Amino acid sequence: MLSFEEILSISRTKAISFPDAFVERQSLEYGDKIPVIKENMALRLQEMRRSVEEALEKKPSGKIVSDISDKMNFYEGANQPLSGKFVTRACQIALAVATHNASMGRIVAAPTAGSCGILPGVLFAAEEIFSFSQQTLLEGLITAGGIGTIIASRATLSGAEGGCQAECGAAAAMAAGALTHMRKASTEAVAQSAALVIKSILGLVCDPVAGLVEVPCIKRNGTLTALAAVCSDMASAGIESSIPPDEVIDAMYKVGRALPETLRETSLGGIAATPRALKIEEKLKALAPDIK
Amino acid sequence: MRLEDVIGPVMIGPSSSHTAGAARLGRLAALIWGRPVREVTIFLRGSFAATWWGHGTDLAILAGLLGFLPDDPRIPNAREEAKKKGIHWTFKAEHPDGAHPNSARFLFKDEDTSMEVVGASIGGGAVRLLEIDGFKLELSGELPALITFHRDTPGVVASITGLLASKGLNIATLTLHRQGRGKGAAMVVELDENPQTEIMDAISRCHSEIFRVLPLKLGE
Repeated sequence: MLSFEEILSISRTKAISFPDAFVERQSLEYGDKIPVIKENMALRLQEMRRSVEEALEKKPSGKIVSDISDKMNFYEGANQPLSGKFVTRACQIALAVATHNASMGRIVAAPTAGSCGILPGVLFAAEEIFSFSQQTLLEGLITAGGIGTIIASRATLSGAEGGCQAECGAAAAMAAGALTHMRKASTEAVAQSAALVIKSILGLVCDPVAGLVEVPCIKRNGTLTALAAVCSDMASAGIESSIPPDEVIDAMYKVGRALPETLRETSLGGIAATPRALKIEEKLKALAPDIK
Repeated sequence: MRLEDVIGPVMIGPSSSHTAGAARLGRLAALIWGRPVREVTIFLRGSFAATWWGHGTDLAILAGLLGFLPDDPRIPNAREEAKKKGIHWTFKAEHPDGAHPNSARFLFKDEDTSMEVVGASIGGGAVRLLEIDGFKLELSGELPALITFHRDTPGVVASITGLLASKGLNIATLTLHRQGRGKGAAMVVELDENPQTEIMDAISRCHSEIFRVLPLKLGE
């Protein structure tokens, strides 16, 4: 089983960065060549950038949620947002990309389609606001992917198995780690920031209205960029989780398994089972062509 | 799991199982049909039948039947693309007992023949073919393969594997599925390279109880 412990130890003994330790480990395990892994991830970053550009330009709408990302943009321009310039921009991008996904746009699952806005949100907001280079963003993306592989190995990245903690929650943990690495905090802080996120999203249920990847998914993409940012700040300030990151992920898996099936992507509980959700579902069903 | 599995796939949204997986399933079904798609009825099952409209499952399946991959930007316009190709298609819903929660049955037809294929989207965009013309089997479509239909009788498997060995083809996986002792059986042989026509012909002749051989050729 993969662990933060192992990655931190590779990073310490070889004196290499957190993302390089992941690339090294994958190369050892699968025999992939290091430049090939980096090239593949650079292509993913390029695709992710394209998805952000398309989403911001197209202003897409889903079947339930209309375009909401522009509202954040106007708000940020006219007010002093409590959550600051970085979070409002990350949130705006995350909302746009998640809505792009809902409208059949081309996105990069990160780690899933339903949570595809969070990582591009923090990466490209950070690029704008901190002027990070392409290389720095690539390291951020590899860090995020690496954290995802640990979660996949010790827990799950499927909402049907682990609830939304395994999708948007995992994406936020990955995003926090990416931010912490890009902001040049210690390797330990990268792991800590991911752990702090997961402790805050334990028990998050997967409850999509009418079974669609829209409500509450799109807005969760927006809000969780803020959690990624504050957990990265806390870890960079030297705050540590009292429980080691690997044990936190193990707990997340157990919590996911303990969630009743109604709260694991079946649309039978949570937000999906509210009176309004049922009305929306009825309305959508009436719109759908009959294929009986 | 690799980094590329976590950050990926690149896909047309909104759902890895109901959109990306549906496209992959349509593509795999069309590859097994192995002829130009002219007329096809698609029976959606389980949650495909319940939420297809919201996820563009119909568009994704049509796109797959046209050979498009899950990241193809033409997926949202698959109806127009399919019309251009002169494909006649119909979507229906069905609710058979014990159906996989995200699955579909394809009924292909042309002037000469017809074929029925059942497959499922099993999560994260991965798919499985589960049935061909009433024969239960399991095929991922991740590797090239050949599928034999034969009578469950001693020596068939040995003839086929012996022939593949003599041609220098490596078997990646091999699974057997029979309808009952001495009855119809299907064998799925996954290979590391596409099975050529010459091999297919040789296999169909290598044992008298083999009555049909289908190739799955990828990346052509």
